[in-house]
Amino acid sequence: MLRRAMGLLARPIAASGARSFSTDLPAAQTADAMFVEAWNKVIPNMDPPKTPLSFMQPRPATPSSIPSKLTVNFVLPYASELATREVDMVIVPATTGQMGVLPGHVATIAELKPGVLSVHEGNETTKYFVSSGFVFIHANSFADIIAVEAAPLNQIDANLVQKGLSEFTQKLSSATTDLEKAEAQIGIDVHSALNSALTG
Amino acid sequence: MASNAAVPFWRAAGMTYITYSNICANLVRNCLKEPYKTEALTREKVHFSISKWTDGKPEKPTLRSDSPEE
Repeated sequence: MLRRAMGLLARPIAASGARSFSTDLPAAQTADAMFVEAWNKVIPNMDPPKTPLSFMQPRPATPSSIPSKLTVNFVLPYASELATREVDMVIVPATTGQMGVLPGHVATIAELKPGVLSVHEGNETTKYFVSSGFVFIHANSFADIIAVEAAPLNQIDANLVQKGLSEFTQKLSSATTDLEKAEAQIGIDVHSALNSALTG
Repeated sequence: MASNAAVPFWRAAGMTYITYSNICANLVRNCLKEPYKTEALTREKVHFSISKWTDGKPEKPTLRSDSPEE
């Protein structure tokens, strides 16, 4: 019985050929044509109901030449800071270091560490401190930055940062279990990142 | 497949990414200047309204706020 199942599974995969990367797929259609057809056959008088597919905007296609601006979506759980803003460059605090993203950047997924996100547009730079999150850069020069908490640098209190840093440094030396040590280390990392963001 | 190379220190200590991310977010929120800090703390409170249903009818809902258990 299992051997037949293996045969059944293997056939469709072999028949459809190599699967393409998600970055190469054409933009998805906005309405399900088969469903609309079937609906109209049965109920020609009413409009077919909208499916989730029709509410989604199709992903903008990858242009053949590098666009001049990067489109950034910077979202937080409670607000979207930047929604499809066209900028020249963003520098994101990835775990592998500060990463500069220009239009035409290769498609990348990067995890963020606590640090400064700077958005460069013309001559202006806006800086935010990001607690952690991810950045998804798509091949069509769209960048989605998602963070749990972010604040402009002028909303951060330097005294509280210093206090926190000394408090966690002390906690690290008095920590016993692995978990306590990890928490204290996280505290130190976040506060020193905040510190260098304010002073740097 | 080979096992993953250097795991982050918090993963090695048994913490999940979500816990790590929430701790970072809380630490940043606690370092904000005054009017923003109180806004941020109220924004992050979570309230649940739970109503039990019996015999197909809802009973009076109860309100629970986020319990500080990690």
